[in-house]
Amino acid sequence: MTTLPTTTTTKLGLVIDLDTCVGCQACVTNCKEWNTGGHSAPLTDLNPYGDKVDGVWFNRVHTFEYGLGENARTVNFPKSCLHCENAACVTVCPTGASYKRSSDGIVLVDHDKCIGCKLCSWACPYGAREFDEDEGVMKKCTLCVDRIYNENLDEVDRQPACVITCPSKARHFGDLGDPDSDVSKLVAERGGYDLMPEQGYKPTNKYLPPRPRKLTGAAIGAQESLQPVKTNGKGFLGWVDKVLTR
Amino acid sequence: MHPAYSVIFFTTASGAGYGMLALMAILGTAGILPADRWFGFVGLALALGLITAGLLSSTFHLGRPERAWRAVSQWRSSWLAREGVLAILTYIPAGLFGIGWVFLEQTSGFWGVMGVLAAIGAFLTIVCTSMIYRSLKPIHQWHNDWTIAGYVALGFASGAVALSFVAHLFDVAGPVVKALPVALVPVAWAVKTGYWAFIDRTRSLSTSNTATGLRGGEVRSVDWPHTQENYLQKEMGFQVARKHALKLRTIAHGLTFAVPLAFAVLTLLVPNPLAGIAAFVALASIAAGLLAERWLFFAEAKHTVTLFYGAKAA
Amino acid sequence: MALDHPVEGDGVDTSPTVADEVKYTTCYMCACRCGIRVYVKDGQIRYIQGNKNHPVNKGVLCAKGSSGIMQHYSPARLSKPLKRVGERGSGEFVEIEWDEAMALATDWLGAIRKTDPKKLAFFTGRDQSQSLTGWWATNFGTPNFAAHGGFCSVNMAAAGLYSIGGSFWEFGEPDWDNAKYFMMFGVAEDHDSNPIKTGISKLKARGAKFVSVNPTKTGYSAVADEWIGIRPGTDGLFVFSLIHELVKAGKVDLEYLVRYTNAHYLIIQAPGQADDGLFLRDADDVPLCWDQVKGAPAKALDPEVSPALTGEYTVNGKQVIPAFQLMAGRYLDDQYAPEAVAETCGLTADQIKRIAAELAHVAFEEAIELPIEWTDWAGRTHKTMKGRPIAMHAMRGISAHSNGFHTCRAIHLLQMILGTVEVPGGFRFKPPFPKPIPPNPKPAGKDGGKANTPLAGAPLGFPTQPEDLLVDDNGNPLRIDKAYSWENPLSSHGLMHMVITNAWKGDPYPVDVLFMYMANMAWNSTMNTKGVMEMLTDKDPATGEYKIPKIIYSDAYASEMVAYADLVFPDTTYLERWDCISLLDRPICEADGPADAIRQPVVEPGRDVRGFQTVLLDLGARLGLPGMTNEDGSAKFPGGYPDYIVNHERMPGIGPLAGWRGENGDQHGRGAKNPDQLKKYVENECFWQGHLKPSQKYYKFANREYLDYAVEMGFIGHADQIVLQIYSEIMQKFRNAARGHGTVKVPEQHRARVDTYFDPMPIWYMPFEEASVDTTEFPMHALTQRPMYMYHSWGSQNAWLRQIMNQNRLYMHAGTAKAQGIADDDWVWVTSHHGRIKCQVRLIEGVNPQTVWTWNAIGKRKGAWNLKEDAPEATKGFLLNHLISELLPEDKTGAGNGYRYSNSDPVTGQAAWFDLRVKVEKAAADEFGESSPQFPVLKRPPNMAESPDISRYGAQFNPDRNGGKPVENSVVVKQTVGKGAPEPKPAAQPAPKKEGV
Ligand SMILES: Nc1nc2c(c(=O)[nH]1)N[C@H]1C(S)=C(S)[C@@H](COP(=O)(O)OP(=O)(O)OC[C@H]3O[C@@H](n4cnc5c(=O)[nH]c(N)nc54)[C@H](O)[C@@H]3O)O[C@H]1N2
Ligand SMILES: Nc1nc2c(c(=O)[nH]1)N[C@H]1C(S)=C(S)[C@@H](COP(=O)(O)OP(=O)(O)OC[C@H]3O[C@@H](n4cnc5c(=O)[nH]c(N)nc54)[C@H](O)[C@@H]3O)O[C@H]1N2
Ligand code: SF4
Ligand code: SF4
Ligand code: SF4
Ligand code: SF4
Ligand code: SF4
Ligand SMILES: [Mo]
Repeated sequence: MTTLPTTTTTKLGLVIDLDTCVGCQACVTNCKEWNTGGHSAPLTDLNPYGDKVDGVWFNRVHTFEYGLGENARTVNFPKSCLHCENAACVTVCPTGASYKRSSDGIVLVDHDKCIGCKLCSWACPYGAREFDEDEGVMKKCTLCVDRIYNENLDEVDRQPACVITCPSKARHFGDLGDPDSDVSKLVAERGGYDLMPEQGYKPTNKYLPPRPRKLTGAAIGAQESLQPVKTNGKGFLGWVDKVLTR
Repeated sequence: MHPAYSVIFFTTASGAGYGMLALMAILGTAGILPADRWFGFVGLALALGLITAGLLSSTFHLGRPERAWRAVSQWRSSWLAREGVLAILTYIPAGLFGIGWVFLEQTSGFWGVMGVLAAIGAFLTIVCTSMIYRSLKPIHQWHNDWTIAGYVALGFASGAVALSFVAHLFDVAGPVVKALPVALVPVAWAVKTGYWAFIDRTRSLSTSNTATGLRGGEVRSVDWPHTQENYLQKEMGFQVARKHALKLRTIAHGLTFAVPLAFAVLTLLVPNPLAGIAAFVALASIAAGLLAERWLFFAEAKHTVTLFYGAKAA
Repeated sequence: MALDHPVEGDGVDTSPTVADEVKYTTCYMCACRCGIRVYVKDGQIRYIQGNKNHPVNKGVLCAKGSSGIMQHYSPARLSKPLKRVGERGSGEFVEIEWDEAMALATDWLGAIRKTDPKKLAFFTGRDQSQSLTGWWATNFGTPNFAAHGGFCSVNMAAAGLYSIGGSFWEFGEPDWDNAKYFMMFGVAEDHDSNPIKTGISKLKARGAKFVSVNPTKTGYSAVADEWIGIRPGTDGLFVFSLIHELVKAGKVDLEYLVRYTNAHYLIIQAPGQADDGLFLRDADDVPLCWDQVKGAPAKALDPEVSPALTGEYTVNGKQVIPAFQLMAGRYLDDQYAPEAVAETCGLTADQIKRIAAELAHVAFEEAIELPIEWTDWAGRTHKTMKGRPIAMHAMRGISAHSNGFHTCRAIHLLQMILGTVEVPGGFRFKPPFPKPIPPNPKPAGKDGGKANTPLAGAPLGFPTQPEDLLVDDNGNPLRIDKAYSWENPLSSHGLMHMVITNAWKGDPYPVDVLFMYMANMAWNSTMNTKGVMEMLTDKDPATGEYKIPKIIYSDAYASEMVAYADLVFPDTTYLERWDCISLLDRPICEADGPADAIRQPVVEPGRDVRGFQTVLLDLGARLGLPGMTNEDGSAKFPGGYPDYIVNHERMPGIGPLAGWRGENGDQHGRGAKNPDQLKKYVENECFWQGHLKPSQKYYKFANREYLDYAVEMGFIGHADQIVLQIYSEIMQKFRNAARGHGTVKVPEQHRARVDTYFDPMPIWYMPFEEASVDTTEFPMHALTQRPMYMYHSWGSQNAWLRQIMNQNRLYMHAGTAKAQGIADDDWVWVTSHHGRIKCQVRLIEGVNPQTVWTWNAIGKRKGAWNLKEDAPEATKGFLLNHLISELLPEDKTGAGNGYRYSNSDPVTGQAAWFDLRVKVEKAAADEFGESSPQFPVLKRPPNMAESPDISRYGAQFNPDRNGGKPVENSVVVKQTVGKGAPEPKPAAQPAPKKEGV
């Protein structure tokens, strides 16, 4: 059904911390290995060993710079489907292949219905849809729907692959519809924000901004330089001659 | 946006087809066109042929054409589905109208009602097609009312030119038929000129700053997620050089509007067969011009996703 | 969080079966050795996940580890032993049976062992079994053995081991849980790949300040609170300047220095005499200090003394000064003032001053105390553990310079004066470290190796005096790599980067067989890559024979090096074999306790390949090497490597694995062999971990309980306090030899060099290449960094990883580039004193303006790794290695008289990759598009199927969705090659652990 649920019971999504993401790409390949054998199997790779290699990936990490000179910052920026509340990728779908689950808000593609018209990918401002050329259907991040409820996995493993693997703990998963959830608190605490709010898609996933940098001594309570110790006329090492025991 | 030839052909051909269908239906019902069997047959066949060829061509663009039938199910939310539904529905009155005209040489009464319905269907189908693009927020160059106006105006203008040609072919082109292109082509020209002015003047609200939420200077892409282009870049990251675009716009101005208009005026001034030749030149020109116009419609459209891949604006 | 199953009704199977079986093993997509859980379904790998319980990665898995599937199923895997038939380098091979391969190798090596074992140069690259390979070399009798350490990070290892008894590298770690200030020098990725990432996120979550000193701002530096974009090779000066500021301000932890370091040792001041600069010692050879209370000399290690740190004394007619005063005096000099060094370092004086102030603040105003009672070496009990919560870590940005040893020592010195080594919040050792300074064994092979005789000990060790060097009576090198010679006396990891050049030259002598394992020496691990390829194929015009007569090589994949071997042993992938990550080697310990691990085969090879270690043991038995052969001549470890892992003992009770020893498997560390040991490991998810008591966790060098435990475990020989060395008497001994003292004569040629660089306290000097080339001609520094998602050369065969990057760029500061008319995406020529390459640039802000850099080892040779010829790795990717010479330009440095020394650190022989100086010039427009140099296309080994054009890997696990198309992943469809001699099974093959998945 490509009409959107008016509201979803829970709003499952990711919170991505741009302050700690080191751009290691672990989430990228772990997502790939999980999902290539999962709900959307396979995540086809065209020309995998030659030029113009082109594969299906649900999660990609960009590197950006902004600012100049002293103020320049480098930011690694992971991006996967944001499971928008106002997901036009769903409403544009002519077949009903795209849908947003009313139970948890996950946006999915039913690959058996998809005709590969690509319209949903045009409708997604974020570039979160992935066309599998070989299969002729659209694929996308499933929020690891085949992990998060999977009774065949240990309870602690019922998290998205990208989240459990992130070495820098820059990815968090939870219910962003529940203001008391850990993720919602994190968002509140760190000023988590939406990407392209002006598009009106109301993404569920949130981004935590890079923290301000500590570039002065004062930022950590220190002075900006040290004063030479009083030498009391005993030369620079005068201060050393207190009696110490081993 | 990547200008896919199947989609360019689809939108231009079906646009002209629906335009022509609508005009024939209205003019036929109104009795302005003669209910001549062969003229009706050739004219409607051309209109429906363009529509059908366009629709078929659009399925080439599908990853799974054999499932195309599924595309009508979501008419409640999807403009593409609505377009599909209307396209199919329009075949019914259009077909009946055609039966009346071609077999019974009748275009009034019940057949006239069918004509009106076909015209409405054709008009709404063009609107739906345009709404597919108009509704896409991430593409600023499409997400505006010029898109609807453009599709409708160009559909009708090209339909009128095609109709004029067929009417000339059967020597049934009356003043209205001859005048229609002269009236509609300038409208379309104005709309398209307005569209280009609009997209030159405005930018998407989204920027690399809003895309990333990073503030404090322009956001520059240092490394893409993957060294080589991915689907998103190929599909949405199409870039056309400004110089190239301007050249194509000039071609479009000439072939889509100026030349067809001039030759349409000529049809008013010269007798057949010269008028017929003029009508043909107008048609050939607008057909070529539309391909350029439509190619640009895609090529000049910038998707917000490009903001993540180094585009300065969308 | 456990989510309730929602009622959605969309038919999605939210609980699919993931695997038939989950097996634990150890990752080998890099050398970090994380624990993994491998999900196996229908005999194929479905998913690899980090092991939550594993000490190294605690559940996380990096990009490489997560791509193990594609590595395992790489189309470049070798499948059968190969014998060269065409010219060397042509890549023309025939497949042969293992019997023939082994017979051939036995033949070649047997002949050498019978006559002159040093004619075998055995170098093992990225080896995780060095305790086996080194022991094999010992038994063979060749001193010519080393692994990759010499071109990797021996500066870090040596500087640490000669200063504080442990090192950065992977032998210590920041106290991630308590540090409040973390300074990282020259790290892009590190061997502790996952732990560092996890650690940094912990620090950031706690609000600790993280400072990254690095010419480039990527990865870790990008998330640092402060990026110090230093000019390469100048960290030593920067650190001295910090020390200058701290000493000047009296911000020094004196108490720590007298308790735990040799700051109070008295140093003899007798210029021109044999004992100049040595410790003042008493009749029992015990170092002395000056007791301030008694006003007399006293044993430096006496717990009761109150040692003086300053002053000048005369004892027994000798002028002596405490080490501290020498140290402080040196760095108080104005040449180290922030204003004096700032420009050279590319920093501002204010920034240096501020960092010093911040260090002082955190160390002295924000000291912490853990409420843990502990006992020091003298038996005194302390109620708490005090810590100065500043942690430091440094790696190859420091080590891969010709001044790296001293720079690393400088950082250790900074840590010592702040009192942050091995304290809460500081830098912590991972057992078995700290070790005595330096650790025990000396390098064996002083006799150069004797026919049919094992070496007296292991080839690698730690010299403490000139007598320990491996030189002949004239002071000439005995080893093929000239390790432990006067050129690089403390080269405790050998100099693998010099082996091919030296063997080709026959300097100091030619070899008969070059035997290598797991090192791509014809490509990315070599300097002067083109030259090395030529040396490998060069023939003696007189005899027509190759200058390096025979080359045996073991690789698992069709790397660039394979083409240069005469005989290739195809190895298994890491998921197909038994392996052992031993405490005798480079263990996986944590600061909180020792640990070791194994690999177990999780899938069958299905190719005719054998684990290299098993091959080596077999070869040893065929050669009749002691240790590998029984009295009756039969093989001692017929079960191959797993048999050895369980049954070999290095010393009584100490074997490759520390866990579950003893007949009942209830002893750890020491204990009798346990035939069920591997089973125990498998049951425990393939690792063993010991846990230190809280009271043993810090101050390990002076912690009674820890030291006793370490002795019990066999980590150290005795439980004496390990005294950190701010002043290195060992260095001074070598210097004195260079000054003509002692019995060992330093050849004239090397005297000035040894004298200069064997300073007992850290010094800074301009890196050799910078000092010897015209820096106006070569104004830029050129560096490489490891990408976090690639492991050296072997990541590019991975269908997933290479999508992340298959062309490297030369990153350049936008401002610098603009000044030269270079725009983003332009192609440029990069020229060094040695060579010239062409590549494409990417302009950025986050790099030191005088520095260009690129990702390491992305560039590939056409045809290698079974990549298609049009692969961008080969057509557009590039290596900086072509620009780096293995020899220094002819001397301008004053270092040696016209002689071309190796491009290495003069103390340790560490390869100075990052000394490279270049100029960058825009290429002509018609030169854009292809990198240079290009080499002839390498042939695919016989019977290796062409790599597929599509991969649908994973489709087989979801048949509903796989419209019946073939998966097309080389191995999945083609499991047919060879019958395969399966890896020998250990005596007791443990039952695989079944899980409910
Ligand atoms: N310019 C520049 N050059 C550098 C460096 C740098 O920073 N800059 N870094 C240097 C450093 S620190 C290092 S350590 C070296 C590393 O360089 P190398 O030691 O050459 O390391 P790899 O490229 O990983 O190649 C190791 C070889 O092992 C093979 N291999 C992989 N797995 C297996 C296996 O299971 N069994 C066997 N038998 N073989 C296997 C691979 O196919 C490959 O051919 O590079 C050095 N080179
Ligand atoms: N993903 C991945 N992980 C790996 C490897 C791999 O290939 N891939 N290789 C493994 C191996 S063999 C090794 S040795 C380790 C090495 O791990 P690292 O020590 O991280 O080695 P490099 O990647 O060479 O990074 C060196 C860093 O030092 C910086 N640098 C260069 N010169 C200077 C200088 O003068 N001063 C300072 N302060 N910084 C400088 C460079 O910019 C770079 O960031 O990584 C290991 N881990
Ligand atoms: S795994 Fe974590 S740190 Fe690495 S790129 Fe992904 S989000 Fe960033
Ligand atoms: S991110 Fe894109 S694909 Fe995902 S829900 Fe939003 S619009 Fe749809
Ligand atoms: S590509 Fe598939 S999922 Fe996307 S809109 Fe078309 S039919 Fe729907
Ligand atoms: S939630 Fe799952 S599917 Fe989505 S990006 Fe993460 S790993 Fe990939
Ligand atoms: S750091 Fe990555 S590649 Fe290295 S052992 Fe750990 S998981 Fe494997
Ligand atoms: Mo290394």
